[in-house]
Amino acid sequence: MLNQIVKKSKLAPGVYEFYVENPIIAAKAQPGQFVVVIPSEKGERVPLTIADAFDGNIRMVVKVVGKSTADLALKREGETLYGVVGPLGKPSEIKYYGNVLLVGGGVGIAAILPIAKALKALGNKVYAVLGGRSKDQVILKDELEQYVDEILVTTDDGSFGIKGVVTDGMDLILRKQRIDIAWAIGPTIMMKFCSLKAREYGLKIVVSLNPIMVDGTGMCGACRVTINGQIKFACVDGPEFDGTQVDWDELLKRLQQYQEQEKLAFEKFKQKVGDLSWL
Amino acid sequence: MAVKPSPKKTPMRELEIEERIKSFSEVALGYTEDEALVEAMRCLQCPSKPCVKGCPVGIDIPGFISKIKEKKFDEAAKILKKYNNLPAICGRVCPQENQCEAFCTVGKIPGSEPVAIGRLERFVADWEAENLVLTQESGPKKGKKVAVIGSGPAGLTAAADLAKLGYDVIVFETLHKPGGVLVYGIPEFRLPKVIVEREVKYVESLSVKILLNTPVGKSVTVEEILKEFDAVFIGVGAGTPKFLNISGTNLNGVYSANEFLTRINLMKAYLFPEYDTPVRKGQNVIVVGGGNVALDAARSALRLGAKQVTVVYRRTEQEMPARREEYIHAVEEGIKFRWLTQPLRYIGDEKGNLVGVECISMELGEPDESGRRRPIPIEDSRFVIEADMVIEAIGTEANRFLLSEFKDLKLNKYGYIVVDEETCATSLRKVFAGGDIVTGAATVIEAMGAGKRAAYWIDKFLQKEYDPW
Repeated sequence: MLNQIVKKSKLAPGVYEFYVENPIIAAKAQPGQFVVVIPSEKGERVPLTIADAFDGNIRMVVKVVGKSTADLALKREGETLYGVVGPLGKPSEIKYYGNVLLVGGGVGIAAILPIAKALKALGNKVYAVLGGRSKDQVILKDELEQYVDEILVTTDDGSFGIKGVVTDGMDLILRKQRIDIAWAIGPTIMMKFCSLKAREYGLKIVVSLNPIMVDGTGMCGACRVTINGQIKFACVDGPEFDGTQVDWDELLKRLQQYQEQEKLAFEKFKQKVGDLSWL
Repeated sequence: MAVKPSPKKTPMRELEIEERIKSFSEVALGYTEDEALVEAMRCLQCPSKPCVKGCPVGIDIPGFISKIKEKKFDEAAKILKKYNNLPAICGRVCPQENQCEAFCTVGKIPGSEPVAIGRLERFVADWEAENLVLTQESGPKKGKKVAVIGSGPAGLTAAADLAKLGYDVIVFETLHKPGGVLVYGIPEFRLPKVIVEREVKYVESLSVKILLNTPVGKSVTVEEILKEFDAVFIGVGAGTPKFLNISGTNLNGVYSANEFLTRINLMKAYLFPEYDTPVRKGQNVIVVGGGNVALDAARSALRLGAKQVTVVYRRTEQEMPARREEYIHAVEEGIKFRWLTQPLRYIGDEKGNLVGVECISMELGEPDESGRRRPIPIEDSRFVIEADMVIEAIGTEANRFLLSEFKDLKLNKYGYIVVDEETCATSLRKVFAGGDIVTGAATVIEAMGAGKRAAYWIDKFLQKEYDPW
């Protein structure tokens, strides 16, 4: 059945993976694209990166950060999502580059998975830095190993891999290895620092932006970002952009726009459904 | 007993102002049967029917009004539906004063107002919804398929007419609700969404299939559409918001009218947190623009609880394109207007929140290409208005979302689709287009008129009686 959750699993505390039946989107999805998911009838339109697509299903990874994502995380296998639209946004530019470095942080690791797969298939040598707060937040490492030649892991607390942040991992690779292009996908603040790091090395870096969106089809302009001094809509002009051209501080501020309302909605939701710290 | 008809339109009851500004309930309440009868009596039934010429879909206006006079409301409804698939919508949002009513003979009599055709149309459509189920007879199945891209007024009209002619019609809609601008753009207080749902249901009752969440060019490719369908109608609307592009455009609190209204209308942000989508509730709100969208945004902001809502417009009251009726509503509700005012930059605080708008005063110079006097900035007239929210309602431009996937489709210099004005045929074989994606932002009824013409000529094309390619 269309938009039915056929498989759901917990990847880490607060991080869930979904396989949703949608043969139409699955047939068209390309690396770098996203879907807009409307969990329930009164729900928001939530943009989520397509982590994989095969056999008529699309795969998405969700981190619980507020009401809408908690609502999603609480859905069970067999339940149906109210709406899924996509595939939206421009696909990643996949071609033979030579040596490619992929940096993924938190759930951003799920977003680099399809890119790694496609780049590897074209004969690129793929390096990856995966980062998380602690060991259990470094998701999908085993799966990525199939497509990545060399993986470095960094954790804030040192519980896995190198103690540090992803830019420390970038340093380790960039000092010894010529890299032709990099992707960095993860929290906005991480992508900002990855872009600064790439600039230090004169390296081209692609980032996948996640501003607040509504329709996801270029109709409202909520997701506007400043790229090289120009206003762009992340939903149709992106979501991928040259990381060195992004006005990061503006984006970080824009992400705070509904902080109070988001908090209120989440609190009200928790009053209704009970404690969610187990998610 | 003959009563001399009044020179004025029969007034329509409205919600009390105090109630209006606290809710999103519909403002205009419609005619009762008696009021409709009184108003219908004002129609002279003149044989030249000038009013019909003013209607983009050519409704037999004297015809349906004469049935009201006879109290045969069901027959009046049948006449309306023959020409107009969405009369309850048109009766509410058409600018009748510039269309049918502008040509009304009664309106030409000194001291007299035209017949309130729009209000009568609304009365009949609402009466029909409450009192009968109109079964529409479709012609014999023609065994041919037509794709309609976009479920706004143009698309719904084309789809309904084509279905009546016996075609298999599939409508592709990107959003999760059908109706286009009728659901995301026009607020509940002007056009209740139950009315739109009702009209959409009618279109579906003609066996039109509407596929929601289906962006053409993305989940269904243009090649697939062209291969699978015998003809295509594009009615995707104008789409992308324009911005003034002044300093501070990306500050928190600066909205496009499209975003603000989509959050409120489509996503029901005015019911947050019952609905999950939030919207900012500004205290001092500035709306930039002078059209219907600007007024919709201003009145919505007021209903969300703003202390003060000010519309700034670079020309004057005389040039503003908004409907007079809605302007009067806005003034009644307490919206302030600052004419001859243009924003220069938005001022933000260190957190990126809007705190003020620097404006400049304008004066009117010589007429420009639109025939209206061109606004010119007055030197040294800068001033700052305190504001925590700005909504820019300065128009839209062609959304490239679909068009960039439609290779070889001829566009004009503004990015809109080039068509044959009469038939709506585009440069691409078997592809027709109409509505705002052809004309740029216009009215619901003009989009419906285009949908109607396109359906007529698509039929001719599929009957092999018309082929411009």
